[in-house]
Amino acid sequence: MTSMLEITALDAFYGRAHILQGVTFAMNRGEVLALMGRNGAGKSTTMKAIMGLVAPAGGTVTFEGQRVDGREPFEIARLGIGYVPEDRRVFSELTVMENLSVAQRPARPDAPHWTPERLFALFPNLGRMRDRPGGAMSGGEQQMLTIARTLMGNPRLVLLDEPSEGLAPVIIEDMAKTILALKSEGLTVLISEQNLHFAGNVADRAAIIEKGVIRFTGTMDELKGNEAVRAQYLSV
Amino acid sequence: MDPGPPLRSAQDDARFRDSHQAPHGSCMIDLILTQTLNGLASASSLFLVASGLSIIFGVTRIVNFAHGSLYMLGAYLAWTLVGRFGPADALGFWGGVLVAAVLTGLIGVVIEVLILRRIYQAPELFQLLATFGVVLMLQDVALGIWGAEDKIGPRAPGFKSFVVIFGNRFPTYELFLIAVGPIVLLILWLLFQKTRWGTLVRAATQDREMVGALGVNQRLLFTSVFAFGSMLAGLGGALQLPREAVTLHMDLAMISEAFVVVVVGGLGSVTGAYLAAVLIGILHAFGILIFPKITLVLVFLVMAVGLVVKPYGLMGKAPVGHSRAHGPPEPLLLPADGPTKLAGLIGLVILALVPLLAPDHILLTLTELVIFALFATSLHFMMGPGGMASFGHAAYFGLGAYGAALAVKWLGAPMEPALLLAPFLAGIAGVVFGWFCVRLSGVYLAMLTLAFAQIAWATAFQSVDLTGGDNGILGVWPSAWAASKTVYYYLTLSICAAAIVALRLTIFSPFGYGLRAARDNALRAEAIGLDVVRIQWVAFAVAAFCAGIAGGLFAFFKGSVFPTYMAIPRSVDALLMVLLGGVQTVSGPIIGAFAYAGLSEQLMKMTMYWRFVLGLSIVLLVVLFPRGLVGTALALRERWRKEPQPAVSLVEAKP
Repeated sequence: MTSMLEITALDAFYGRAHILQGVTFAMNRGEVLALMGRNGAGKSTTMKAIMGLVAPAGGTVTFEGQRVDGREPFEIARLGIGYVPEDRRVFSELTVMENLSVAQRPARPDAPHWTPERLFALFPNLGRMRDRPGGAMSGGEQQMLTIARTLMGNPRLVLLDEPSEGLAPVIIEDMAKTILALKSEGLTVLISEQNLHFAGNVADRAAIIEKGVIRFTGTMDELKGNEAVRAQYLSV
Repeated sequence: MDPGPPLRSAQDDARFRDSHQAPHGSCMIDLILTQTLNGLASASSLFLVASGLSIIFGVTRIVNFAHGSLYMLGAYLAWTLVGRFGPADALGFWGGVLVAAVLTGLIGVVIEVLILRRIYQAPELFQLLATFGVVLMLQDVALGIWGAEDKIGPRAPGFKSFVVIFGNRFPTYELFLIAVGPIVLLILWLLFQKTRWGTLVRAATQDREMVGALGVNQRLLFTSVFAFGSMLAGLGGALQLPREAVTLHMDLAMISEAFVVVVVGGLGSVTGAYLAAVLIGILHAFGILIFPKITLVLVFLVMAVGLVVKPYGLMGKAPVGHSRAHGPPEPLLLPADGPTKLAGLIGLVILALVPLLAPDHILLTLTELVIFALFATSLHFMMGPGGMASFGHAAYFGLGAYGAALAVKWLGAPMEPALLLAPFLAGIAGVVFGWFCVRLSGVYLAMLTLAFAQIAWATAFQSVDLTGGDNGILGVWPSAWAASKTVYYYLTLSICAAAIVALRLTIFSPFGYGLRAARDNALRAEAIGLDVVRIQWVAFAVAAFCAGIAGGLFAFFKGSVFPTYMAIPRSVDALLMVLLGGVQTVSGPIIGAFAYAGLSEQLMKMTMYWRFVLGLSIVLLVVLFPRGLVGTALALRERWRKEPQPAVSLVEAKP
């Protein structure tokens, strides 16, 4: 069986800074993969490069057997990749319902179909504030809204950039439940994460990136058992 | 390029607004009410154009200089179509107006698809430049199709009479126009709040990249927004048909007022645009009664004061996420290396030797080019290292010229003291205007500079007693010793070269470093103890002073001074020179000035439609060389140098 997402020798630059230096990894259908590493290691850039928001300077991104590198972000999104940015980027002038409607796409046969009502079942808080402007919500609520918004596009693969960042511990627990719920819907999820505990709760496998290079890939258990790798790449 | 205005510039269409003056003898209250109605009527078209401009800016982040041209095309198209469909017949008239608006929208689509789509990633000034190229092209398209004569439209069927309000006759068409504003505002509101397209537009106004990442086809959205905004401009123009003559000057007259409305109202806010349009319309109506001489000054003064009190406009919000930190870093400016210094010296020697070989007319052209090189360098000083783009740098050039001319005319001064005085008039204006401008940044700063330039222009244009108005000041000739073309050329060359070198040295002085630090990160610059506002203020004044030197020299070179020296096209000339050469380089403006002034001079000789060719060249240059001539050359040189070394030294040993 081929992988759902294959990233091979991906290179990316910000100005002259060489951020991704040959990133290579693959994802299987239905799994949650945690892309781990310190600040500035290249986690966010990897996601942006997959999404076409950063133009890769080299290498390939293959999604379900189709090359997607070099395509425009909206085309990549329509192929079934959903992107939840790290800084949330909720449309603060738009209400919750309007935020959802921006991302609405037709149903596709091979992915779960989301409607606002189904999303409000998953995120009951959002259902209680349908007409509230995005700018008037708490950080945790905004984080839920960005995920819900991305799901409106009925993706098969979701890229979640640092979903637990800046959230209160209680909300982080909700977030972990949400990710597991998405997995049980059959979605494939790539999360970028610095927190090993959080990643351990939700992810099946981990890939560790440092200075733009993937240094380790393996199951979550393998990572937990490998003291040396954790000390070298994850401890602060 | 002068004395005739290099580009069509007469923004004197303020005249049309007093066509519905109240008769004498009516009491004060009546007068106030009548003028209020007049103001509201003229606000409607202004609002249509400005709201289109604002919506387009909101989504595409492009300040569309050509929006006034679309307004003009709407009026011309309506003139033709209404004439063809039958002006006396209601269906013919209104059908013509609507079809003209739709056609203007389609022209907008052509512009967006052919030009703007290719430059959404370019720096905003280049986008502006490209849209100005479109302005030039459309001026000649209109000239070619409709000719230079003004076109008078028919009156609107059903609205040919007048009603008596407060004892004054008031045309019903004016009442109709008063209603158009709020109706369009309501339609826009419904469109933005109740349709999916409107939701997408509002979302894209906030974060267009995110909208794309959510699967929305941005290209389609941008094109549709541009079409819609263009259609509004076209409708605004078409509705003016029964009200005023259609002329080739409508474009720049409208765009400068629309800028004011958009900026006062807040970029991206339609309601703000309506409020501002009403404010400006009413100010005009009353200004004509109270200060008939300075109506234009009044309008732009309101904008200046408004921007200082509410920097982002009545309904606008501070821009989010548009700090410089997000763009690619500016290339580092370095002092000239050996070869560059040598090239500069050789250039100077060649320029010094030219009079020995070249005929007189070449010498005249060169004198002008040298003056423009200083003008462009002074603008570059505030734009490049200063990071303050000016849409109105001609104000200081013109004030320098007027400073010299006024000294000659009113003080009877000979050339030498007049040339000394000239830059001080410009410099003082720079100190005063700069105080306001440096409190803003980006597009807002640029628009404020435009407003001040319009004030300077309007003052020169309207103060006939002092400046001779449109007739200018004649007889500004050099002293006897400098009267020969060769001597005046040397005088110009030595003063300009000295000023250019001085500006260059300033860039690489501690003050220049502070200026660049302030540009790159104002917050951090302040944190290390730099007074950012003060540094930028000084830089603004220095740039104005140097433009004044160029202006003074230009006055004695031409022997006369006209308000066009300060008009928008002259400011755009300077921008073109700087951007053509490349903002990121120090020698760029000099090369840009020679390239641009030389090009436009040759074009003017070659074809009647030189504006079209010039506009097309500008558009092509922006599309092909988004970094300017010298910028592109430098990038090529750098690539050449870098190529042999492997760029992967960053990769570290594997664990």
